Amino acid sequence: MLKRKPNEAGILTQILVYIVLIIGVVISFFPFYLMFVSSTHTSGEILSLPPKLNIGSNLINNFKKLNDDIGILRVFFNSLFIAVVYTILTVLLSSMAGYAFAKFNFKGKKIFFAIVLATIMIPNQVLLVPLFDMMNKFGWINTYKAVLIPTLANAFGIFLMRQNMLSFPDSVIEAARIDGYGEFSIFFKIVLPTMRPALGALAIYMFMNQWNNFMWPLIVLRTKNMYTLPIALSTLNGMSRIDYGEIMLGTTIATLPIMIVFLIFQKQFIKGVLGGAVKG
Amino acid sequence: MNTQLQLHKPVQKRSFLDKIKPNPKNAGYYFIAPIMVLFCVFMVYPIIRSFILSFQKFDAGHYKFVGFDNYILLFKDDIFLQALKNNFWYLIIQVPIMILLALILAVMINSQFLKYKGFFRMAFFMPAVTALVAYALVFRLLLNTDFGFINFILSKFGLPRVDWLNGEFTSKLSIIIAMTWRWTGYNMIILLAGLQGISEEIYEACDIDGANAVQRFFKVTLPLMKPIILFCAITSTIGTLQLFDESFILTKGGPDNATISVAHYLYNTGFRFMKFGYAAAMSYVLVIIIAVLSLIQFKFAGGDE
Repeated sequence: MLKRKPNEAGILTQILVYIVLIIGVVISFFPFYLMFVSSTHTSGEILSLPPKLNIGSNLINNFKKLNDDIGILRVFFNSLFIAVVYTILTVLLSSMAGYAFAKFNFKGKKIFFAIVLATIMIPNQVLLVPLFDMMNKFGWINTYKAVLIPTLANAFGIFLMRQNMLSFPDSVIEAARIDGYGEFSIFFKIVLPTMRPALGALAIYMFMNQWNNFMWPLIVLRTKNMYTLPIALSTLNGMSRIDYGEIMLGTTIATLPIMIVFLIFQKQFIKGVLGGAVKG
Repeated sequence: MNTQLQLHKPVQKRSFLDKIKPNPKNAGYYFIAPIMVLFCVFMVYPIIRSFILSFQKFDAGHYKFVGFDNYILLFKDDIFLQALKNNFWYLIIQVPIMILLALILAVMINSQFLKYKGFFRMAFFMPAVTALVAYALVFRLLLNTDFGFINFILSKFGLPRVDWLNGEFTSKLSIIIAMTWRWTGYNMIILLAGLQGISEEIYEACDIDGANAVQRFFKVTLPLMKPIILFCAITSTIGTLQLFDESFILTKGGPDNATISVAHYLYNTGFRFMKFGYAAAMSYVLVIIIAVLSLIQFKFAGGDE
């Protein structure tokens, strides 16, 4: 890859780099393209040679089928509702906890923090059986609560917010106290507004995680009308005759919103990802 | 406040209210309480419960203590051993290839002469935002034996069609290809951030010393990047060991368990066959493996960080 050119990259190296990167971009984008165009074809057209890379005319039929089989509108709403509520709650709770860890001294702080730290290395799979048991006992199986609440205990958000809160000047908090602000109004009116970039990054990261979440919802959701998009799509994959037109439209619907959010909020997205790396 | 406490009742009551009213001393508890309750109930308790469960068996409506039976059975269970082996294949082959690829791409995108850096970054990161289920389904189509695009391209080059999803070896390869597509850009972004943190002055000093690009990469970039590469390696290792969606959707664990992952088998035992104790034991084997591998990677990367 790197040729034996000293100092500055020679023209050949430059061309080579561009070629490799462009090939990479094509590989990156192609599955998306195939997914989009396939959603407009019938399964018969998709399963024929040569592959159909143009836009077809079966989009509406695919949508009807998808709606008949999985109730796409309801499923889309389920996914959106769960992801939005989860994002709001987890951002609020994580930033509160991050603020406490960064700016307060209290008994047990070190132990709490050690607990949070320790759970980072624990794979989710450990939690599944006992959590499922609990959901059963609470009578939460097949409810939004079951998907939402257990996953709120999330170390990543706490870390990210603590890291960002550390640099918030203590003097500002002290000054606000002298001015008679209560502890909660200091947090909500003074500290949080300055944290917007971090909050945005965390919100997008959490939204994406919940929107794409599969294993846990698969365990606790039982009926079609409660399924989220990934679960509903996986049931299509389990059918004896797989209709690829329908499935590709489903995956398009599952992918498009998050892609649009990503394109608009790229910076926050990447910050969210890096949040995990920075703490290392 | 404390002196008032010893006086008469009404004052004591008010001072209790004063005490629980948020102040700089106790407000920390208010901010941390909700998440700590959630953590204890939905994280700490299940972790402990799972550990106990792994020594128990559900029998006639009761949990019975069976000692290490679950663990002993696990290592006699052919499917579990197969799943473990599969996970190690993914780990040993996919993680190094992906990180190397991510590093190469990151170095390229970091080149000074490159234009449209933002575009390239966005393009490579895009796969990482798609739902695992969605991308696994798309790859099922791409890798379709008779009509998939990949076999179509192979046949254009005069190569034989590959039975991607049904061969014992090729199905593993399919999972590796799919994972590499999904995660390379994600790691690239992290590595790129690390590269951008290396100051230009170090490179200028190299140029003055007459180091060429290859020397520069191995003598300067790589050592400086070690902590970040380590971070990528550990997170990717943990992720690979927890692999579920790809195994579940893309190959359905088949053919004949050739691609089933530990997490997928755990799901089957726990939630299809309802063997809770057995599944819990499996999850703890996963914990131990992750802990050991992370430790090895730390040691391997050297203690200088």
